[in-house]
Amino acid sequence: MKPDILLVEDISTALPILELLEPHYTVHVLPEDSEVPAAVAGRIRALVTTTNKGVDGALIDALPNLEMIANAGAHLDRIDLAAARARAIPVTYTPGISVAEVADLAFALLLSAARLTCEGDRYVRAGRWHDGMLRFGIRVNRKRLGIVGLGRIGRVVAKRARGFAMEVHYHEPNEMTDVAYRYHADLIELAGAVDFLVVTCTSGPETDGLINGRVLSALGSGGVLVNMARRAVDEAALIDALENGVIAGAALDTFAHEPRVPDALTTMENVVLQAHMGTKTWETKRAFAARTAANLDAHFAGAPLPDPVP
Amino acid sequence: MKPEIILVLTPSNPPRIVPALKEHFVVHPLAIGDDMARTAARLGGNVRALVTTTQAGADAPLIDALPKLEIIVCSSGHVDTVDRATARKRGIAVTNAPGISAPDVADFAIAHLMAVAREISKCEDFVRSGRWTSGLMPLSTRVSGKTLGIVGMGEIGRIVARRAEGLDMTVCYHEPEKMPDVSYRYFDDVIELARHVDFLSLHCRAEPATRHLVDRAVLKALGPQGILVNMARGVVVDEDALIEALESGGIAGAGLDVFENEPHVPERLRALTNVVLSPHQGAFTEEAKADMLEMALANLRAHFAGQALISPVL
Repeated sequence: MKPDILLVEDISTALPILELLEPHYTVHVLPEDSEVPAAVAGRIRALVTTTNKGVDGALIDALPNLEMIANAGAHLDRIDLAAARARAIPVTYTPGISVAEVADLAFALLLSAARLTCEGDRYVRAGRWHDGMLRFGIRVNRKRLGIVGLGRIGRVVAKRARGFAMEVHYHEPNEMTDVAYRYHADLIELAGAVDFLVVTCTSGPETDGLINGRVLSALGSGGVLVNMARRAVDEAALIDALENGVIAGAALDTFAHEPRVPDALTTMENVVLQAHMGTKTWETKRAFAARTAANLDAHFAGAPLPDPVP
Repeated sequence: MKPEIILVLTPSNPPRIVPALKEHFVVHPLAIGDDMARTAARLGGNVRALVTTTQAGADAPLIDALPKLEIIVCSSGHVDTVDRATARKRGIAVTNAPGISAPDVADFAIAHLMAVAREISKCEDFVRSGRWTSGLMPLSTRVSGKTLGIVGMGEIGRIVARRAEGLDMTVCYHEPEKMPDVSYRYFDDVIELARHVDFLSLHCRAEPATRHLVDRAVLKALGPQGILVNMARGVVVDEDALIEALESGGIAGAGLDVFENEPHVPERLRALTNVVLSPHQGAFTEEAKADMLEMALANLRAHFAGQALISPVL
């Protein structure tokens, strides 16, 4: 008999996972903003969720025969790990899958902002090419790139940058012994030493508002900022810097109050705005789904879990 | 006495460079436009040098309007728009500014590829128009780790290949002949190359042999997941066939910096959401502009000092 599992519906993540699970499991989909029907709750042996949806203690408590939780994503901050641990329920996740994706988009956004790709597209579509010529962009190759947060994503951004013959600098709380890039203990000093600043640090209380007005002033009027880390940028300071020519431009994949984007930004020409697209490719979603299914399959085959949460 | 020159004013030859030129020359600024030759004729018979750009060029009427012309300095990479036959007949030297824009054009090719695959322009529109609060962007396509086909492994194509290596891509190329100093996989047939790769980036010259090199058959081989990037010349692609392929899902998308009939871009192309379009801006960076002007000045100074030209074409 197929094991019963509960799939937490996540429309915004839209994983192609149902087709992987249905041949092997009786899948109960839990629609957004609803509760598990009592008739089903007792049968559920595994729960599949996403980084976006997570799982709270109440849901775990509502499933008396739950054996495992499989998170299709790398982040666990919305999963009540304590509640799972209290019942000795193992949790699996899918780390590392989207690193290249996020790094690709960070670099693509740097290119778009510096070389005016989106502005050029709007210019041609509006039929303005007949009247003149687009303004000139900023050269990317052979320039100095500053990376704030040289973790897994930051390191891949650095690799992309080497293909453009760029000089890579970085800021971290501590110097890293395994990289040859130029280290700056002081973020303002880093901003002053580079042409472009890409923010790839983890988003958390210790990095909230890290990129403030002083950092942007140090980056300077020829500089471009790329932000992939949700709350690391002081949005009000950034808007002020962009409006007053303190920096040349910015590309932003994340915002303080998503999906709301300030009007001040959506009406500005020298910014590139994305809808938190870092991980949103078919390849990543398929890999998230496949790894999640592999963890479920291992559990029910009595095999060691490939990706247990440590 | 300072030699007299004409400076054709374009965005890459802006009026603000005139003061620097005036230190060495008597400068006649000339606005780009239809009656350039007539205006040039009026500016006097003593003009010995013409500083122009790819955009403005120098056609036969303009050259003929300047009886004492000795040199045409084109402050950009291509002299396609300079009538070299007329210049040659009169023994007029022509210089360009080679090698400056190749890295910038290569950057722009990757910028276009990534913008199309990751749907950056489309997403920009989605966010700016406020649709994010009520909807979702569809998933896009990964770039890194894929296979890139380069048509034309010249100066620009080789730099694109280096950029692609930083993106962990596998590079293949097409040229009429296999290149002994290139280790990437070679395809003597463009259709075979297109079939083998995820993305196709064009960097060949525009010449009779490359006219409509990318036609219906090549696009079909590239396939419904494939993306085309054209940084070469519009004429290298059969634009009608391309539009059909884009409209019908024959290929996934295209990034186009050049068009068959610039600055005219077909309405059907401008209406598509799976393309990223740009106004032939591959070489447009402030840094390249400064470098090109510097080379133009160096050529002018060399000419009037009787020294060898830095970058002669004729």
